[in-house]
Amino acid sequence: MEFSNAQEGLEQFNRRIAIAGGFVLICFTLLFARFVWLQVIQHDYYQTRAEENRISLIPVTPNRGLIVDRNGEVMARNYSAYTLEITPTQVVNLEDTIDGLAEFITIEAKDRKRFKKLLEESKRFDSLPIRTRLTDEEVAKFIARRFRFPGVEIKARLFRQYPRGAFASHVLGYIGRITERDIGQIEEEGVETNYRGTDHFGKTGLERHYEMELHGTSGFEQVEVDAGGRAIRTLARTAPVPGNNLTLTLDVKLQEVAEKAFGERKGALVAIEPATGGILAMVSVPNYDPNLFVDGITTTDWRDLNDSPEKPMVNRALNGAYPPGSTFKPYMALAALTLGKRRPEQLLADPGFFNFGGHMFMDDKKGGHGMVDMYKSIVQSCNTYYYVLANDLGIDNIAKFMAHFGLGSRTGVDIEGESEGVLPSPAWKKQRFKKAEQQKWYAGETISVGIGQGYNAYTPIQLAQAIATLANDGVMYRPHLVNHITDTKSAQKTYIEPQPLRTLPLKQEHIDVIKNALVGVNKEGTGARAFAGAEYVSAGKTGTAQVFSLKGGQYRKDALKQELRDHSIFIAYAPAEQPKIAVAVLVENGGFGAQAAAPIARQVFDYYLLGKLPPGAAPADEAAKEADE
Amino acid sequence: MIRELWSKFVAPIDGPLMAFLGLLILLALITMASASPARLTTLLAHLAIALTIMRIVAQIPPQRLMYLALPIYVVGVLLLVAVALFGDISKGARRWLDLGFIRIQPSELMKIAMPLMLAWYFQKRESMLRLREYFIATLLLLLPVALIVRQPDLGTSILVLSSGFFVIFFAGLPWKIILGLGAAAASAAPFAWHLLHDYQRQRILTLLDPEKDPLGKGFHIIQSTIAIGSGGILGKGWGQGTQAQLEFIPERHTDFIFAVYSEEFGLIGNLALLVLYALLIGRGLLIAANAATLFSRLLAGAITLIFFTYAFVNMGMVSGILPVVGVPLPFVSYGGTALVTLCLGIGILMSIHKNRMLVQK
Repeated sequence: MEFSNAQEGLEQFNRRIAIAGGFVLICFTLLFARFVWLQVIQHDYYQTRAEENRISLIPVTPNRGLIVDRNGEVMARNYSAYTLEITPTQVVNLEDTIDGLAEFITIEAKDRKRFKKLLEESKRFDSLPIRTRLTDEEVAKFIARRFRFPGVEIKARLFRQYPRGAFASHVLGYIGRITERDIGQIEEEGVETNYRGTDHFGKTGLERHYEMELHGTSGFEQVEVDAGGRAIRTLARTAPVPGNNLTLTLDVKLQEVAEKAFGERKGALVAIEPATGGILAMVSVPNYDPNLFVDGITTTDWRDLNDSPEKPMVNRALNGAYPPGSTFKPYMALAALTLGKRRPEQLLADPGFFNFGGHMFMDDKKGGHGMVDMYKSIVQSCNTYYYVLANDLGIDNIAKFMAHFGLGSRTGVDIEGESEGVLPSPAWKKQRFKKAEQQKWYAGETISVGIGQGYNAYTPIQLAQAIATLANDGVMYRPHLVNHITDTKSAQKTYIEPQPLRTLPLKQEHIDVIKNALVGVNKEGTGARAFAGAEYVSAGKTGTAQVFSLKGGQYRKDALKQELRDHSIFIAYAPAEQPKIAVAVLVENGGFGAQAAAPIARQVFDYYLLGKLPPGAAPADEAAKEADE
Repeated sequence: MIRELWSKFVAPIDGPLMAFLGLLILLALITMASASPARLTTLLAHLAIALTIMRIVAQIPPQRLMYLALPIYVVGVLLLVAVALFGDISKGARRWLDLGFIRIQPSELMKIAMPLMLAWYFQKRESMLRLREYFIATLLLLLPVALIVRQPDLGTSILVLSSGFFVIFFAGLPWKIILGLGAAAASAAPFAWHLLHDYQRQRILTLLDPEKDPLGKGFHIIQSTIAIGSGGILGKGWGQGTQAQLEFIPERHTDFIFAVYSEEFGLIGNLALLVLYALLIGRGLLIAANAATLFSRLLAGAITLIFFTYAFVNMGMVSGILPVVGVPLPFVSYGGTALVTLCLGIGILMSIHKNRMLVQK
């Protein structure tokens, strides 16, 4: 019994051994089926995924295009420097890491602040610079200690540099790190791929307007990476194509003469070549150093620039809107001729005031200018003549005529953010104000507009475009800063062909009357002192824009605070017979146009037409040359 | 003289078992040289120790092992209790016991102590196996398993549980009960779900949908399946696996070494490995079938099926059909303790085989 029991047990055991063996085979077959699925049937899919794992496309940022002036002088360039960068997501404790780095690399408080600011603005996976422009010694020190700092790297990067600092900063603008707003624009342009490796973007000025030209085409490197994302070796490389270079219509030397002529004063100047619309100089002072923005501006610098009462960040040439004052008069006179409301020789007796419905509009010369014809009205800048004229023309005619000259509308210059200014009209007033009583146009307001005051407000570039158009006998061009764009790869030049915007419906004989009067201004009128002894014939018109309404009181310059003093304006062109340069100058709180603005125009003309430098001023490079000798 | 010593030395060693083991070790060395060459020296040291232990155990007759069964089991359970009370915590689990001069992982010991104990118990009760015996055996099994689950260590508890279950199965646990247990386990699964730790639940969820969290919890399994799949039929060649060499495969020298092997040697290599394991297991089952006593039959059968469990669970998890539990690929994964345990098992098998004629003698 026991034996059979044992025998039975053994048989049962052997059966179960067999079952176990069968189970093992089934399980292994299952595994094998899984392997066949993965390695044969799905092989292509996993092969691709393994390749995707292994190969990473790393964008290679192209060199940004250069900006040079019309004579080839470099205004914006790039230089290569080492930066110390931290990828915050790969660092456990940022503070500790930075403290650790600070033990052997100079990291100042401002570097930390800037880094913090970048951190707040950055995308999640960015590597951000804690220090830029490392010395070779600092690079060596870091490399020796690199293992202690995961997530920290040294990178060779190209930096934008504006070699002349604040000089012409409002023209050039600056680049800064890409922000959300820029990403919006990049997406709009559909160039996300091209910007994958880029972390800078043009923010203002030419840098912004020509961003797509200057940026270039990113290259790509096919790199084998490990699981940590570290590049092991380069498999293939498509070289980046550098950005296109901009050659400006601007003349750096002329720009320098103009900027220096302002001295410590605030203001703007736009000089245009009338025959093309090319901008020869564009000044807005005070200005700022665009180099501050390139690595990310520190909060203190930013606050200083933004909070300054001098407003250095405002491009006055494009965004300052000022009443044109008496520089409005030549256009008023031209309107009168064109509309047949005046003949040039028609005389007006000026008693020194204009009584309009009991309100006295005063002339600036006590007792008046006597008998005034059109020539005299411009040369001596007689207000009464234009009070009466404005009343005769009516606001609608004035607004319609001035619109031809581009006043109150954007010129289309190749810098973003230009202001429109204000060309006053009943229609404008209706749109501008909400309350019914404010919307109404009063006839008295037309009188003020007639001498360039009241609601009139134009940007210096509009004033410059208008005088250039007049100088060019009514053929109007779009003012522009870039003469041509050079493709860095093919060296092909794309010229900004100046096409006339429009030819104004004017009669040449009328234009000649006005031009003759403008020459008179500089010969025997309000501009005569500034242009005494000039070796060329020039034409101009002075103007004074009221900042502070005196309400009938006497204007006394020294009694008024500086910021309440009138703006000094001057528009001019030269040589009178064949104009090569037209200019609008505005000196904020400079007083009468003849005093502050006209001498600046004179210096600009002297240099541009004769190569004559103002006394005591030599362009930096010539001074440097002399020092070398 | 030397020949005499040699033949004495090799006498307890089973030829086929040693041959299969040798081939597996060869594969392990080749794969390790690709996955982590720096660890080769240590691996050789581990092998030397493990093979020495195997050779020593092979010489111990099964009857001696029987005497050791109860004491080892009792010591093992006591150590597990000690771990629960005073153990070191590492990576969130309490698995190690620091004895001052050495840190030990008592759960590892249970992989051998468990089948030893149950085989001993069934041997004692050989002629009167009733339901009561199976019940007591189950209690003896569940006590240490419960302690290991609590550590928590899912991988080891599965191995210990299965090692004990294999003994009970081979001891003739009625099919009715096996099927009943199976049905009960299936219906209890939803409740068991609540007993699992969060990370354990996560592993099961990850298995079902690894792409849900490709850089986090799904990363291991995605990268290992990519490695296996991209290996194709012939593999990428030794040292050429991009997934392995560029460190996309995590734990590539331990639990996930199969992904490295599979990527570099392909389906052909996998087939070879499966055949090798099948031969090893087949040899083990044959030894069990021919063993002299119930104790050695049960022990041999259980140990052999543990090898199977290791291999199946590991390859299953690396290829993405089983949840990720910490079970190494037997004889191939890097890790001294597991290697020693496995070689100890081989040694026991060899000893059982050498002593198969005991009764007849």
